[in-house]
Amino acid sequence: MDIYLPIANLSVNALVIIGLGGLVGLLSGMFGVGGGFLTTPLLIFYGIPPTVAAASAATQVMGASVSSVVGHLGRKTIDLPMGGVMVLGGTIGAIIGAFIFRLLERLGQIDTVIGILYVVMLGSIGILMAREAIHTLVMARRGERPEARKRRHHPLVAALPLRWRFYASGLYISPFAPLLLGIFSGIITMLMGIGGGFILVPAMLYILGMSTQLVIGTSLFQILFVTMVTTMVHATTTHAVDLVLAFLLLIGSVTGAQIGGRISMKVRPEYLRVALAFIVLIVAIRMALGLGWRPDEIYTVTLQ
Amino acid sequence: MTRLLALLLLLFLTGPAALAQSQRAAPVLVPDVSQRTVEIRFSFTGAELLLFGAILYPGGRLPDEPADIIVVLKGPSQAITMREKQKIAGIWVNADSLDFRSAPSFYAVASSRPIDKLVDERTAAIYELGLSKLQLSPSSVSDTTEIDRFARGLGDLKGRNGLYLEEPGAVEITDGVLYRARLPLSARVVTGTYTAETFLVQNGRVLAAATREIEVRKTGFERLIGQFAQDHDVAYGLVAIALALSMGLFAGFVAGRIAVA
Repeated sequence: MDIYLPIANLSVNALVIIGLGGLVGLLSGMFGVGGGFLTTPLLIFYGIPPTVAAASAATQVMGASVSSVVGHLGRKTIDLPMGGVMVLGGTIGAIIGAFIFRLLERLGQIDTVIGILYVVMLGSIGILMAREAIHTLVMARRGERPEARKRRHHPLVAALPLRWRFYASGLYISPFAPLLLGIFSGIITMLMGIGGGFILVPAMLYILGMSTQLVIGTSLFQILFVTMVTTMVHATTTHAVDLVLAFLLLIGSVTGAQIGGRISMKVRPEYLRVALAFIVLIVAIRMALGLGWRPDEIYTVTLQ
Repeated sequence: MTRLLALLLLLFLTGPAALAQSQRAAPVLVPDVSQRTVEIRFSFTGAELLLFGAILYPGGRLPDEPADIIVVLKGPSQAITMREKQKIAGIWVNADSLDFRSAPSFYAVASSRPIDKLVDERTAAIYELGLSKLQLSPSSVSDTTEIDRFARGLGDLKGRNGLYLEEPGAVEITDGVLYRARLPLSARVVTGTYTAETFLVQNGRVLAAATREIEVRKTGFERLIGQFAQDHDVAYGLVAIALALSMGLFAGFVAGRIAVA
């Protein structure tokens, strides 16, 4: 079933795109991540121009995360002031990201930078996650209880000026810490078309020292709003949001997300984390090989 | 097909008068295309254009040596930057680049015999007959070997996307007067005015030439989306956001209902 994408200017098989969205949605429901880190590379492999892929993936992540955010709001597992500061940072980051995007596009290096970012980010986070999850599994096997993590923020955070009380998280820290984190995630959302959940979650745990119960909900809250801003920035600067592509992706991913959510309740979280770590590492390795392999096309054409 | 019949009818009716006029003149081409507009809809996967027409010889007499036909279908010109990847420090990055000010977005040439057997290099260059004869107007002053390398790269790349093609022998000539050629239009074509040029060639000389225009445009929903995205970008972004949010919430709602039941 071929469908013409009016912004990407090519026709694709609708069922392939829906299936791709479904697969990513399933993973995002299971692991509580947006799944953009899979959508963008898969769309590019399928032949969608990188800019359209990144822009439409951001729209898809928004749709996949909205219903979980509503759920977290109901369970009061979101630190709203903290999330608000991060959303502000994310908005600033998305705008900075748009400038970087355009600059790199002019220099012709956007593809390489996106590729290297993927390898570095996914590679390091994947290794960290795999190490931690395997460690927890081994401990559980031996019958030992994992040592309780000392919930403390990073010393660098204490060095920042101004301090606010974040009651829900029970933290008394500078608002600049979540703001900077938000800016960083906004930039990578714009460049890589990802929500940044798998970067935000560990950063909120280990740098800000938030509790696990609040981290997932607050990061999803931030992702929801930052992907909204990113969609808007893409729509007004790169004009690369393809509504038809986003619609097809959304059909698959909102369905997949619900099924994934069901599965995640039945499987032990340690196993889920190991599985996610390996998926992240596989994508990183594939991207790394892609940088080193001779590309199919040596030449690329961009309109002036 | 009806247009072809109409054309033939027209030839029979006006033929004698036209022939009388051009008694001593050169032959005349009467070209046409199967469709004057190509519409891109949601199910567009490419199109096939039929370029056909008739050759009117002075006095209705066929020459002893049969003439040949070359048809060229050209899309709107684009100013492009071409980048070339090279392996630097183990990874492939864009290293060299070259600007072309007038690269056709689409170029297809078909002929009744291979072009190099019909015309010499100079004539082919004048009429831009063949992929190697495209006048791309490189804007930077580089040496010719580099320009050639990039031009070949462009030909290969566009060729693999079905945007540049050469089809020697694809023009059929019936009884020396009627010609026809089918040219495929890839799904990746850009919108705009395309020109279909027909050349009548004999003894290495272009005896007659004629041009028809074809409009390629998006229609209906596709046109709406494309225009909407460009002209009302803020509203377009809001629609994308509303679409994503409502679909996500709806799916959550439906799944919630199922879980309750």
